[in-house]
Amino acid sequence: MRHTFIDGIVKNNMVLVLAIGLCPTLAVSTSAYNSLGMGIAVIFVLVFSNVIVSLLRNVIPKNLRIPIFIVIISTFVTMVDYSMKAYVPPLSKQLGVFVPLIVVNCGILGRAEGYAYHHPPHYSLMDGLGIGLGFTIVLFVMGTIREILGQGIWLNIPGVFPGFCVFGKAFTNSSVLLLILPPGGFLTIALLMGLFNHFRGGSK
Amino acid sequence: MNLFLLFLSAFLVNNIILMRFLGLCPFFGVSSKIETALGMGMSVIFVMTLSTILTWFLYQYVLIPFDLVYLRTVVFILVIASLVQFLELFFKKQIPGLYSALGIFLPLITTNCAILGVAFLNIDNDFGLLSSVVFAISSALGFLLALVVIAGIRERLENAPIPEALKGLPISFIAAALMALAFLGFSGFMGLSL
Repeated sequence: MRHTFIDGIVKNNMVLVLAIGLCPTLAVSTSAYNSLGMGIAVIFVLVFSNVIVSLLRNVIPKNLRIPIFIVIISTFVTMVDYSMKAYVPPLSKQLGVFVPLIVVNCGILGRAEGYAYHHPPHYSLMDGLGIGLGFTIVLFVMGTIREILGQGIWLNIPGVFPGFCVFGKAFTNSSVLLLILPPGGFLTIALLMGLFNHFRGGSK
Repeated sequence: MNLFLLFLSAFLVNNIILMRFLGLCPFFGVSSKIETALGMGMSVIFVMTLSTILTWFLYQYVLIPFDLVYLRTVVFILVIASLVQFLELFFKKQIPGLYSALGIFLPLITTNCAILGVAFLNIDNDFGLLSSVVFAISSALGFLLALVVIAGIRERLENAPIPEALKGLPISFIAAALMALAFLGFSGFMGLSL
């Protein structure tokens, strides 16, 4: 079971290895706080959909499985969407359309189909946690890089916490705005993937 | 909003792939050849327009009157999935030529977040039917444009000397970053934001 968890984070990493779930990764990772919010939402949906699919795996008929998975997933996505709107409205505004779009994140459907449908609930739970955590870590790293270089601060939570001033005031005033903008997203993930490939290739 | 401005905004300034980050999976998945990119782009134009019309009517005349707005995620994804399935069957029976051209791309479209994303954006922006359709078509055209351009770049990259670690996806991301940078220029020349 520990293997399931670790594999989910490293070997089956959704973004860096399988290159799925890219849309939210790039769109949301403009700040560390947004990334964390998105990551937690995905973990929640992934864990619950995995467990429910796995519990029902003997009941769900094979031909109808995909629509049923989609209904299960979108139920949890709707729950997350409405809870976020109620409890953290600013975050929900920032993430915008990408919260309901978790439903078409192929990673989640992929885990339901590829793992949870064939494995018992406790394994599926660990798998969901691992994959979700792997996703969140990548998102958080990207958010950190883009926020620090692009705005000069880290972990800014709008209205609550101004964030750490990492490189001092002078940098904050003339930060690399490009990294917050869309091209910065592509660039960051390209370099991150390259680094990941480099080190994984080296250890083989 | 002026429809022409809406078109330009969705087509270039807020390009659905490069600026909004919707539909990245097919953007990197089927962009290794220009032909496949064209096929995918055409399918997206077709499905996006139809699904926009369908979801708009459903939302305005079913979900709102019956106070079921919270079901929109479930309803939309099911509607889009069935639409795609239906189109596939229809093409297979009636227009075999089109089916063989688009066939393999159609099923992939169900999990294309651009389609669902446009349906949500239409609602979030309070678009009427006409604006929604214009928005959908111009977004889909923007999708086609970005997809074909990156496919062209990737065909060239095949023969280029690239560092081992950057081969494949990473270098495509870098190409996309440069494209996005170019597209960023459009926002200045129109002074538009949506």
